Amino acid sequence: MSAVVAEHDHHHDDHDHGPAKGILRWIITTNHKDIGTLYLLFALAMFFVGGSMAMIIRAELFEPGMQFVDPQFFNSMTTMHALVMVFGAVMPAFVGLANWMIPMMIGAPDMALPRMNNMSFWLLVAGVLMLASTLFMEGGAPAGGWTLYPPLVLQTGKAFPFAVFSVHLLGISSIMGAINIIATILNMRAPAMTLMKMPLFVWTWLITGFLLIAIMPVFAGAVTMLLTDKFFHTSFFDAAGGGDPVLYQHIFWFFGHPEVYVMILPTFGVASTIIPVFARKPLFGYSSMVYATASIAFLSFIVWAHHMFTVGMPLAGELYFMYATMLIAIPTGVKVFNWTATMWKGSMTFETPMLFSIAFVVLFTLGGFTGLMMSIAPVDFQYHDTYFIVAHFHYTLVPASIFILMAAGYYWLPKWTGHMYNEKIGQLHFWLSTISVNILFFPQHFLGLAGMPRRIPDYAIQFADWNMISSIGGFIFGASQLLFLYIVIDTIRGGTGEKVTDEVWEDAHKHGLEWTLPSPVPYHTFTTPPTVIPTEHI
Amino acid sequence: MNRSVSQKNIKLARNLIIVAIAMFGFGYALVPIYDVLCELKWIERDRPDALKQAKEKAYEIDKDRDVTIEFVSSINENTPLLFHSEIEKLKVHPGEYHTVNFYAENKTDNNLNAMAVHSYAPAVISKFVDTITCFCLNEQSFKPKESKVLPVRFVINPELPEQYKTITLSYTFFDRTENQ
Repeated sequence: MSAVVAEHDHHHDDHDHGPAKGILRWIITTNHKDIGTLYLLFALAMFFVGGSMAMIIRAELFEPGMQFVDPQFFNSMTTMHALVMVFGAVMPAFVGLANWMIPMMIGAPDMALPRMNNMSFWLLVAGVLMLASTLFMEGGAPAGGWTLYPPLVLQTGKAFPFAVFSVHLLGISSIMGAINIIATILNMRAPAMTLMKMPLFVWTWLITGFLLIAIMPVFAGAVTMLLTDKFFHTSFFDAAGGGDPVLYQHIFWFFGHPEVYVMILPTFGVASTIIPVFARKPLFGYSSMVYATASIAFLSFIVWAHHMFTVGMPLAGELYFMYATMLIAIPTGVKVFNWTATMWKGSMTFETPMLFSIAFVVLFTLGGFTGLMMSIAPVDFQYHDTYFIVAHFHYTLVPASIFILMAAGYYWLPKWTGHMYNEKIGQLHFWLSTISVNILFFPQHFLGLAGMPRRIPDYAIQFADWNMISSIGGFIFGASQLLFLYIVIDTIRGGTGEKVTDEVWEDAHKHGLEWTLPSPVPYHTFTTPPTVIPTEHI
Repeated sequence: MNRSVSQKNIKLARNLIIVAIAMFGFGYALVPIYDVLCELKWIERDRPDALKQAKEKAYEIDKDRDVTIEFVSSINENTPLLFHSEIEKLKVHPGEYHTVNFYAENKTDNNLNAMAVHSYAPAVISKFVDTITCFCLNEQSFKPKESKVLPVRFVINPELPEQYKTITLSYTFFDRTENQ
């Protein structure tokens, strides 16, 4: 908060200097662009860490029998893969995009609370490092699944309290990030930027921010109860003292279901930003998109028990959670139809960001359909805890959230760096990823329907063929992501050498304020609020 | 950023932090809320009610049908007890009183406190099982290597619906020594 200076000498004191020199620039920075970059690079690094864990999982499952790792370590890998990908890769990547883009999209000079912004990033690093350190502890990293269900998770060795405290740190970091984003959106908009003129990415993050503030503390409470059950003889989930382990599942999924929307709502926002630009049409149904996002966020709080149809709920409960879950398909369907209608009769071109966005629309819808199948309570008893659910949520996360993060990278990298990425390698990355992600996850539907349980290192012989195909897809997908790493580094260092224009993409300046700024973006932007707001996205 | 915007930001941040703290409290409030919802049978069908000690009263014995009672004895994690029942199964007529003995032995050279938790299956018939005495009503303390006979006296209420032919009474011992 260096803003306690009079309005007229604002520019001289506050904004005419560039970044600090050296490594300290990145440690003490309060600039939203620097912090956005830190978040994005950290998320990319964690994407490869979590991805390596997935490679270990797929290598072990390549053939039946035990080949490479022992079962305990295998289960640590499934647990850590999930925690690292959710809390270390996808969520920080979207917070990074929010940091970079929201001030530029709403005509604000920076985030509302820059120092808190810096702190939330470094708390994230601390939390993830603490989580990673559990891999080297006596008894190994947590191996009870990312849901941390008791009583299994209470059998974790020395790592247990560290895992709990890392969840606390990650929670505090996300809450601070969310507060910052909400304050920026509500207080820092250029006067001409009314709420219903905001780009959808900003809208989806506003709603996601509220979700995070509502759910992260509940998760923190649940793991605190686990901690006191283990070390201080409380009996929240301990049957001997009158507790109930099923209570944990209810509390966890009260957090867990909105949490999956924390990862998907900003995905919707980026897709709604990219598709109109490459379809050269305004977004179809802007206000319905806003209302659909808000409806999905609301519904996410009242459907949690569809994750636990098999715990023995009364019939009325099963029916309620079944119908409430199906209801989510309506606002989600509104979105899918709106994206399709946006492309309808548009002058489409197929640059890499658009390719990833189209693949997102198709493959996310597929993941949504399997979700609908599992919402049917009686049918879910067969799918529960099989590879079918694994296929379902990977379809909604990998070719959805991850693809859209890739799309966002290709879409905004030229604006951030001032350099054009290599379109040929970008498209190669797209095709390899899209084909291999389906080889990787589609067979898992068959495995699940045939009854292969999740979270096991070995399996019955009849599952061998599809597992091998799935693993081959996994290895191709993993290797293809190195192309993305190459492109990011190459683009930062100059890319194709082609000079990019301010708007980068044809007529993009009609779609968002960020394209009215120079490329690369100067260190400080919109120190005076813009007066003309592009409205093509509405 | 001018002063008024900066103050607005801090005020909003403070309010949102209060919301976050309140939600932390809400997580804990879910514990009693859950108990109420369970009591109303809204959210969990199979949760055993807290076991109530029943008074012995004379039922009319239903000689026309048998109900098979199965006994399951188990220990949680590494509770150092040997624990089993004298019989695995018993055929009873509804309304007949029976006492079945369980045996538990402390395997260690230390004092041991253990609590048994009951679970009757299928859960919907719990209310038709009257438990007159049960070792699961109190925490049990064992001296080093001590073995104990632990009786359960029960009756099946003759109002038990016809379709239930088999009932499982299961007891699990949890180590509670550290909680002293």
